[in-house]
Amino acid sequence: MRLGYYPGCSLHATARDFDESFRAVAGPLGIDLVEIEDWACCGATAAHNTNRLLSIALPARTLALAQEQGFDAVLAPCAACYNRLATARHAMEQDPELKEQIVGILKRPAFTNQVRVISVVELLRDMAATIKEKVVQPLADMKVACYYGCLLVRPHEVTGFDDDEDPRSMEEVVKATGASPVMWEKRLECCGGGFSLSRTASVVRLGRAILEDARKAGAQVMVLACPMCHNNLDFRQKAISKYREEPVGMPILYVTELLGLALGLAPRDLGLHRHYVSPQPVIEQVAAATRSLAGGEQPAALPAPPREEA
Amino acid sequence: MARIGVFVCHCGENISRTVDTAAVAQALGEMPGVAHSTDYKYMCSDPGQSLIQAAIAEQKLDGVVVAACSPHMHEKTFRRAAANAGLNPFLCEMANIREQCSWIHDDREAATAKAIDLVRMIVEKVKHNQPLQPIHIPVTRRALVIGGGIAGIQAALDIADGGCEVVLVEKEPSIGGHMSQLSETFPTLDCSQCILTPRMVEVYQHPRIKLLSYSEVESLEGFIGNFKVTIRQKARFVDESKCNGCGDCTKKCPQKKIPSEFDAGLGTRTAIFVPFPQAVPNIPVIDRANCLLFKGRAKGKKKDVCGICARTCTRGAIDYDQEDRLVTEEVGAIVVATGYQLYTIGKIQPKEYLRGYGEYGYGEIPDVIDGLQFERLASASGPTAGEIRRPSDGKVPKTVVFLQCIGSRDPAKGIEYCSKICCMYVAKHTMLYQHKVHDGQAVVFFMDVRAGGKGYDEFTRRAMNEGALYLRGRVSKMYRDGEVIKVVGYDTLSGEQIVLDADMVVLATAMMPQLGIESLAQTLSVSYDQYGFINEAHPKLRPVETNTAGVFVAGACQAPRDIPDSVAMASAAASKILSLFSNAELSREPMVAHVNPATCTGCFHCERVCHFGAIQRKEVRDRQGNLIKVIAEVNEGVCQGCGTCQATCPSKSIELAGFTDAQVFSAINAIFA
Amino acid sequence: MSTATTAQQKPQAEPLADPGLKPGVAEGFEPKIIAFVCNWCTYTGADLAGTSRIQMAPNVRMIRLPCTGRIDPLFVIKAFERGADGVIVSGCHPADCHYAVGNYHARRRFAIFRDLLEFLGIEPDRLTFSWVSASEGKKWSEVVNDATQRVKKLGPFAAYQSLVDK
Repeated sequence: MRLGYYPGCSLHATARDFDESFRAVAGPLGIDLVEIEDWACCGATAAHNTNRLLSIALPARTLALAQEQGFDAVLAPCAACYNRLATARHAMEQDPELKEQIVGILKRPAFTNQVRVISVVELLRDMAATIKEKVVQPLADMKVACYYGCLLVRPHEVTGFDDDEDPRSMEEVVKATGASPVMWEKRLECCGGGFSLSRTASVVRLGRAILEDARKAGAQVMVLACPMCHNNLDFRQKAISKYREEPVGMPILYVTELLGLALGLAPRDLGLHRHYVSPQPVIEQVAAATRSLAGGEQPAALPAPPREEA
Repeated sequence: MARIGVFVCHCGENISRTVDTAAVAQALGEMPGVAHSTDYKYMCSDPGQSLIQAAIAEQKLDGVVVAACSPHMHEKTFRRAAANAGLNPFLCEMANIREQCSWIHDDREAATAKAIDLVRMIVEKVKHNQPLQPIHIPVTRRALVIGGGIAGIQAALDIADGGCEVVLVEKEPSIGGHMSQLSETFPTLDCSQCILTPRMVEVYQHPRIKLLSYSEVESLEGFIGNFKVTIRQKARFVDESKCNGCGDCTKKCPQKKIPSEFDAGLGTRTAIFVPFPQAVPNIPVIDRANCLLFKGRAKGKKKDVCGICARTCTRGAIDYDQEDRLVTEEVGAIVVATGYQLYTIGKIQPKEYLRGYGEYGYGEIPDVIDGLQFERLASASGPTAGEIRRPSDGKVPKTVVFLQCIGSRDPAKGIEYCSKICCMYVAKHTMLYQHKVHDGQAVVFFMDVRAGGKGYDEFTRRAMNEGALYLRGRVSKMYRDGEVIKVVGYDTLSGEQIVLDADMVVLATAMMPQLGIESLAQTLSVSYDQYGFINEAHPKLRPVETNTAGVFVAGACQAPRDIPDSVAMASAAASKILSLFSNAELSREPMVAHVNPATCTGCFHCERVCHFGAIQRKEVRDRQGNLIKVIAEVNEGVCQGCGTCQATCPSKSIELAGFTDAQVFSAINAIFA
Repeated sequence: MSTATTAQQKPQAEPLADPGLKPGVAEGFEPKIIAFVCNWCTYTGADLAGTSRIQMAPNVRMIRLPCTGRIDPLFVIKAFERGADGVIVSGCHPADCHYAVGNYHARRRFAIFRDLLEFLGIEPDRLTFSWVSASEGKKWSEVVNDATQRVKKLGPFAAYQSLVDK
């Protein structure tokens, strides 16, 4: 499967671990990730807050490039990038006049708006059967909270791959790794998003509610698929823990990182050493499970010890 | 040369706004064979019709074309007018320049050009029309009513009281329908059972009503006045002629924990059961899926296990070897009154376009229930004997949250229509609850309160005055938090996000047509809308007729309906049928096929494609009696006029009156003349 | 057939008599499309489009028949022969036929007829076959608009007309 890969700005910066882990799992799953040449910013929140046309034209440019480079589908791991690309595609599909206007702005008359935009969760859910086959270290007994945040499945008419009020696709991916998803309440709650710097207190308050709810449901680890959510729940977890008797201590993994562990990849190749909250307990649990699975014998490839940072 | 009259209607402004009616009349006036062409504001009005009749007489017209609305709207009107002026009604046709022209185009020039084409086509067709005589057919004065809810009961009683026989078919073991499950009814708060059960008994005892409970319509043949319906009487495993309804068998049955359908899953029943004590007929049914004996047989056990009910029965009424029976009834008219079912709330939905409310936890949180379940909780005959106790722990809930518009008015969840009755039944629920739990608080989340109806708005206002808290907004999700259910919603009037602790939540789910109604509709050849509601013949003027003559519709299978609406529809359908039955014979449109005996070669392709078996074989002999050939012949009484035979006939020897090849080809030619 | 048999070329086709016309060449070309529809589903659906005031292309002229089963492929050929640029055949969805099976006969007939059409030198895209029920007013407008667009791209159907002229 050949996909146009759109990392966006965050996967080259704060979410390098998302990028590394996704590239790492792509190989074993038979996904041919090819970065779209000359991709540009998706416009993020800034563009659609100021100029609607700009907010459509920016992602449309990337979609046009993908078409020129012969891709049927673009995969944007970042939830915000995904949402902007999908929104642009949907808007142009609904309004042919807008599409013509954009074609004029881009000066790309051949652009047909046919390239699909898919989210990483959608992709992995549809590959659940393959994942099940490829798993070498089933994450049995691991209790996982799947966190969707706001952008991944909303709004339904744009995303469409899951129930926007009660999604289940990430849970299906987690189940395919052998782990057990827990059902909890704040799966779609706001993490504070872009207010991480300007209104840190709000972000901390929202993050605390989310993490505590996941804890209450018995989760040992949380998986997600959004760099912003990851930042607010991983990097800010220290601040979130500040007024608690003990730290929350919830490792926050990208869904691709958890998948990588199940596929037997080395934690360092998955970028796990870049986390603020140590994922060490998760890694150890995987290793222990593997040892008992192999009946005492040494497994072929034990994960390399991660180097702790931060 | 033909002498056709063309009459172009303005329909007030409906047509003339986008079609230049004077130009149409003028263009048609210049067409060869058109002897008279004029336009008028309202052709269907009395002066309009007089205009046509006068022209027929004065101009000696031999054909009339009325360019106006759809023939489905007024073809009968104008044909009658033509007939009154002495013209054969089938020489009058309509050109549809309203629904299919003026209403769908805004370019006046293009619309006028199209209108001229449309009228020309019909004029050319009418030149080839033949005067036809209606076909007379006998009427079987006996009606079939499908569905034994309040609508079916009312229709059956009205027809039977009018002196005609009725066959009432109900698929459940008892008649009564959803109304029998309700506790009290709005807006009077009178007990549902008290007003319904006497009607049920009346049905059972009526000398002219034949009740077939636990039965379903299998197939239908024939046409208005002459239907032949095959009904499957499902095996009850209890002989109706022997059973006296003592109920001993149900008391002894060891399978006692089966969720009761009548109590909406809140109560239990046995495997041999009567749905509820007031059931009509009061004869039990064995539920094969849950009966120990049948389970044993299904597993291939040689010896029957259990069999307690047969041993208990003193009259020997239990018959484990009973089989489904097919019975045939001849009727002249049919009422469809199959009612509704509630929207299924959970994630698993019966239809592709429906999306459930996984976020409300229905099915996972026992204290989240639907409207019908609340009816059972509030009902004196229900599982709690009328006390409001929540299903999880039997405690009396102190805060009950009611959510309106579950499923309905929510395109994202798949149903766009308003379910109509929910505003009223929620108001009723809040009152029933607060009358029974004096320190309880009812909270309602609503989108709008739509209480159109006599005494209805007063009723919802009363609910508010009696203390129900109405919050305008939707609920985004609900989850269990210890003993309570957290209800996360939004009050759009105050602009506040609201999180409530509820002890119980009642979802006011939408009405949908019964699942499987599509296949019944197909059996009856009636059309249905995207949701499965049966289509009425005209939304305003023919609300209880369907587009299949002789088949009528009543109650919630046509659209969301409350009890008064359903009863009114049922009585309307009954009166339509009684007026139908008041004729000794019916006249039918003569649009049937005819064989040209000179050219028919007797290949009988027509016989093979005729679904109705209207093609008969006829021997052609010479004067000495020698057989020359065997040709096809159409039985006019059976032919439905679809014309498939004509398109199939290789030698073009069979023609459908009213839609002959000459007529169609002339219409095509007219566009390009 | 009395008055209407004189072969007249329709005005739009005059400057564009070449049948091998390229798509997009026909500037301002308004095709004439004939629709053969059944009375119970598509005709009623088209009426519903009207009562719902759904605007659509004014290029379609509808001929009402009791059932798609009545629609003889000869009607379609006759329409093209007389100068139609496109033809629509539409009836009840499978299983919804007012006469139970007429639409099945039509479906078979037109599955085969499509190949014959190509053999006759008529682009298959000029013939649209669809199911439109009595409740699908919106769908009917889409069928009309799509067919009009498609036929516009194909240009006028002048193959037979040019033969007649010679």
